[in-house]
Amino acid sequence: MPAITSAMSVPPSVPGVDRNLDTSRHASAIDVRNMNFYYGEHQVLFDISLMVPERSVTALIGPSGCGKSTFLRTLNRMNDLVEGSRSTGVCLVEGQNIMDPAVDVVLLRKHVGMVFQKSTPFPKSIFENVAYGPRVSGEKNRAVLADLVESCLRKAALWDEVKDRLNTSAMALSGGQQQRLCIARTLATNPRIILMDEPASALDPASTDRIENLIGELCANYTIVIVTHNMQQASRVSHQTAFFFKGRLVEVGPTMKIFTSPSEKQTEDYITGRFG
Amino acid sequence: MSETPVSWATRRQHRRHETLIQWALFFCAALSVLTTAAIILVLLSNAVYAPGDKTAFFEKVSLWEFLTGTHWKPSDGPGGKYGIWPLLSGTFLVAIVAAAVSIPAGLGAAIYMSEYANPKEREWIKPVLEVLAGIPSVVFGFFALKFITPVVLKPLFQFLGADIAVFNSLSAGIVVGIMVTPLIASLSEDVIRSVPRSLREAAYALGSTRFDVSAKVVVPAALSGILASFLLAFSRAIGETMAVAIAAGGNPVFTLNPLRGAQTMTGFMVHASTGDSAADSIPRMSMYAVGITLFVITLIINLISGWILRRYREVYQ
Amino acid sequence: MNLPESKASAVSFTSGADSYIRRRLLISRAFSWICRLVTYASLAVLLVLIGSILWSSLGRLSPNFLWNHYSMNPMKAGILAGLWGSFWLVLITALFSIPIGVGSAVYLEELAKDNFFVRIIKVNLSNLAGVPSIVYGILGLTAFRPMMMFMQTLFDGQHAINIGGMFRVRLVHLSIFDGSLLIGALTMSLVIMPTVIIASQEALRAVPQSIRVASLALGATRWQTIWRQVIPAALPGIATGVILSISRAMGEAAPLMMIGVLTVASMCPGGIESPVQLVTEPSRLLSVPFDQFTAMPVEIYDWSKQPDPQDRFTSVAAAGIVVLLLVLLTINAVAMIVRTRASRKLQW
Repeated sequence: MPAITSAMSVPPSVPGVDRNLDTSRHASAIDVRNMNFYYGEHQVLFDISLMVPERSVTALIGPSGCGKSTFLRTLNRMNDLVEGSRSTGVCLVEGQNIMDPAVDVVLLRKHVGMVFQKSTPFPKSIFENVAYGPRVSGEKNRAVLADLVESCLRKAALWDEVKDRLNTSAMALSGGQQQRLCIARTLATNPRIILMDEPASALDPASTDRIENLIGELCANYTIVIVTHNMQQASRVSHQTAFFFKGRLVEVGPTMKIFTSPSEKQTEDYITGRFG
Repeated sequence: MSETPVSWATRRQHRRHETLIQWALFFCAALSVLTTAAIILVLLSNAVYAPGDKTAFFEKVSLWEFLTGTHWKPSDGPGGKYGIWPLLSGTFLVAIVAAAVSIPAGLGAAIYMSEYANPKEREWIKPVLEVLAGIPSVVFGFFALKFITPVVLKPLFQFLGADIAVFNSLSAGIVVGIMVTPLIASLSEDVIRSVPRSLREAAYALGSTRFDVSAKVVVPAALSGILASFLLAFSRAIGETMAVAIAAGGNPVFTLNPLRGAQTMTGFMVHASTGDSAADSIPRMSMYAVGITLFVITLIINLISGWILRRYREVYQ
Repeated sequence: MNLPESKASAVSFTSGADSYIRRRLLISRAFSWICRLVTYASLAVLLVLIGSILWSSLGRLSPNFLWNHYSMNPMKAGILAGLWGSFWLVLITALFSIPIGVGSAVYLEELAKDNFFVRIIKVNLSNLAGVPSIVYGILGLTAFRPMMMFMQTLFDGQHAINIGGMFRVRLVHLSIFDGSLLIGALTMSLVIMPTVIIASQEALRAVPQSIRVASLALGATRWQTIWRQVIPAALPGIATGVILSISRAMGEAAPLMMIGVLTVASMCPGGIESPVQLVTEPSRLLSVPFDQFTAMPVEIYDWSKQPDPQDRFTSVAAAGIVVLLLVLLTINAVAMIVRTRASRKLQW
C-alpha cells in the first residue's frame, strides 16, 4: 500500500491528543459488536463492530447518510425516541450491554451525555440551563448547584464570559457560547462519555477553534465520540478515526494512520476528496 | 409572416376591469372595520352620549354609581339601582369556575396529544374535541340545569351537608369550562408542538424522564403561548351567554357563593332584551352600559392574549 | 499521553438500580396517566351529555314533534317553526356571509399590499373574532332594526313590483316586524364573518406559491390566476371553514334573543310548512325574509326555562336538542366528507 501523505497534509493536532495512540492496548469505554440497526424495514447500519478506548477522542467520518449519526445515537439510546426503530447486536458501555431492554435509559443518558449539531439552550437562564441535569436528578441544594455550575462552566471554558450574567437568558448568548453552554450542561450530569454530533458545524472558525481545543482538554477526563463532516477537524481532535460508508464501518484505526496510510481504497478516496 | 402588433390598450382595459374587482373585494374586507366602528358607535351613543332628543344611560345614571354600586335592580320607577358589581361578580364567578375546570383539562389534553398520544389515538381525540366545541351553548345550558345540578351536584352536596340551589353558578361554570376546554387544548397543543424537537432531544440526552421533558422543559418553553390560550378561553367564558342564562338563573346578587344563583352581564342582557320595558326606558338603556363593559373587558383580555402570542411566535420563528 | 487503567464500572445501568430514578419514572408514569385520564374524560363527558339528552328526550321524541308548532301542552309542542326558521336563517346568512367573507379573505391574502389600512383590517379581524356574540346582537337590535323600518316606509303605500309578469306581489303586505329573518340573518352574518374570513385565509395560504407563479408566468393576469387557479385549489378548505361557521350560526341563540325573535311561534316564515309549498306556492318565498321567526336554539332555551315541576317540558327541550344535534351532525358530516375527498384529490 503506497503512502498517500502527499494527498492530504495532516494539520497539527490540538494539545492533548496523541494521534498515533495504539488503541488496542487500552481499556474500552464502549465496545460495539455486530450492531445492526433498522428504521422500520429499512436497514441503516450493517454489522458494526467498534471499540472506543477510555479517555480518548474517536471521530466518526463519512459522507452524508452513511449512518454515523445514527450510530452515535444508538450509544445513548436516543434512537428509542424514533418510532419503529430497532437494533440487534451488543453494545457494551463500561462492560454492560446497553441494548438490553432492561437498561434504564434515563440513567444511561446521565452517564453518556450528548451535544447536538444545533445548540439547544433551554429558554431559561444560563444558570438554570447548566443546573437542569442535576436538578432533575434530585439535587436541590442551591450552594452545591452553584459550585457545580461554576466548575462545569469553567471546564467548558465559558465561565469568564458569563459569570456576571448567570441569571440572564441563555438565548441571548452567541452561537459559539450557546454550544459551549450545552457542553457545560452535559458535563453537569457528570457523564463518563460524551457524544458530539457535529458540534461545530454551525459555528464560525473562531468558535470552532475554541470547541476543538475544549475537546482536547476534556479528553483527559472523558471519553468522547464525535461525528464530524469536517475532515480537518477529525484529524485535529481525535486519537482514533472510524470511516463509515453506506451503513458499514469501512475502517477504523489511529487517526494518523487513517489520514496518511489508510488500508482501504474507499477510505483513501474519501479523505483525498475523490467523493463525498 | 408578419407579426401581429400587441395591443396594449386592450390589456389595459382588461386590467381596469380587474381594478374594479379589486376595489369590490377591498370593500368586503373593509366591512369588518365598519362593523367594529358600528359596534362602538352603537354602544357609545346609547350608553354614554346620545345625539338628538334621546338620553343615554350615563346621562341618567352616574358613572360613579354604575362602577361602585353593589345593587342591580333595573326598574322604570325611582327605585332602580344600577351598580354593576353583582353582574361582575356573577360573570367572574362563572368564568373562574370555568377556568378551574378547563385549564387542567385543556392543558392535560394538550400535553397528552402532543407528547404522549400515538397517531391512532390522536385520530379520535381531535374529532371528539371538535365535536365538543361544536355543541351549541343552549345544549350545555340544558345539560347543566337538567343533569349536572340535579344528578351530580345535588347528591354530592347533600352528602357533604350543603344545599345547592336549582340555579347556581357552579353548574354554569362547569359547563362553560367544558365548552372552552377544546379551545385551550387545541391552542396549547399548537404552541407545545411548535417547541423545537431539538429541545426535547437535548433534555432526554441529559437523562430526563418523559415527565421532566414535558413539565420542566417543553411546557416552560411554551408557557407564554399556553398563557395566551388561557386568557382567550377566559374571555370566551366571560362572553358566554345562553348556557349561563339557563343554568345560573336571573337573580343579580353580589355574592361569590357558587352554590347560589347569580346573573352575569350576558345573562342580564338576554333578560333585558326579552323584558317588556319601553325601548328608551332606563332598564332597557342599561343593557348598553352592560354591553360596553362586557365589550371592553373581553377586548382587553383578547388584546393581551394576542400580544403574548405574537411575542411567543417571534421566539421560535 | 498515557491512559490510566480502566476501573470497574461504578454504576449499573439496569433499570431499578437507582431508587431515585425509580421514583422519577413512577412520577413520569403517573403524570402520563393523569394526562390520559383528563383527555379521555372529554370523550366521557361527550357520551354522558348525549346519553342524558337522549334519555330525557324519550318522552317526547316522535315524528309529530317535527310537525307540530309551539304549544303550552308539552305533549303537543313541536319544533316545526324552529326548524324552518333555522333553515331560512342559515340560508340567508350564508348568502350574505360567504361572498363577503371569502371576498375579504381573497383581498387580504392575494391582493392587499402591506399598508397601514390593511394592517388595521387584519388586527381588527382577530379582535372581532373574540367579540361575544351577544354584542353583535346589540348591534343588530340597534342598527339593523331602524334600517329595516326605514326600508319599510319606502315601500309603504300602493307600491307593487312585478316579477317577470308571473306574480304581482304587493309589498304593502310585507311588514317588517321586530326580529324579522332579514335582521336575524344580517346580525348572524356579522357574528360568523370573522370565522369565515379567517378560515378562508388559512385555506388560501395553504395553496402553494408555485401555482401562482406558474399561472402568472403563463401570461395570466392576477385576477385570472386567483379565479382560475388559487380559489379552486383552496375551495375544499374554504368550504370546510364555511360549513363549520354555518353550523355555528345554527346553534347560536344569544344574538337572536337580542334582536327579539319570537320564542312562542305558531307560524313558519312565509307560511311555508312543507317543502312542497316551495314549488306550489313560490310567491310565498318573497315574504320569507320579512317575516318574524324563531330558531331551534331559541325554542330550546324557552323550553328549558319553563317552570316545570313534572319535567314535561324537559323532555320537549331534550327532543328539540336531539333534532338540533342531528341537523348539526349532518352539516358536519358533509364538511368531513368534503375535507377527506379533497385531501385525497389534491396532494402537494
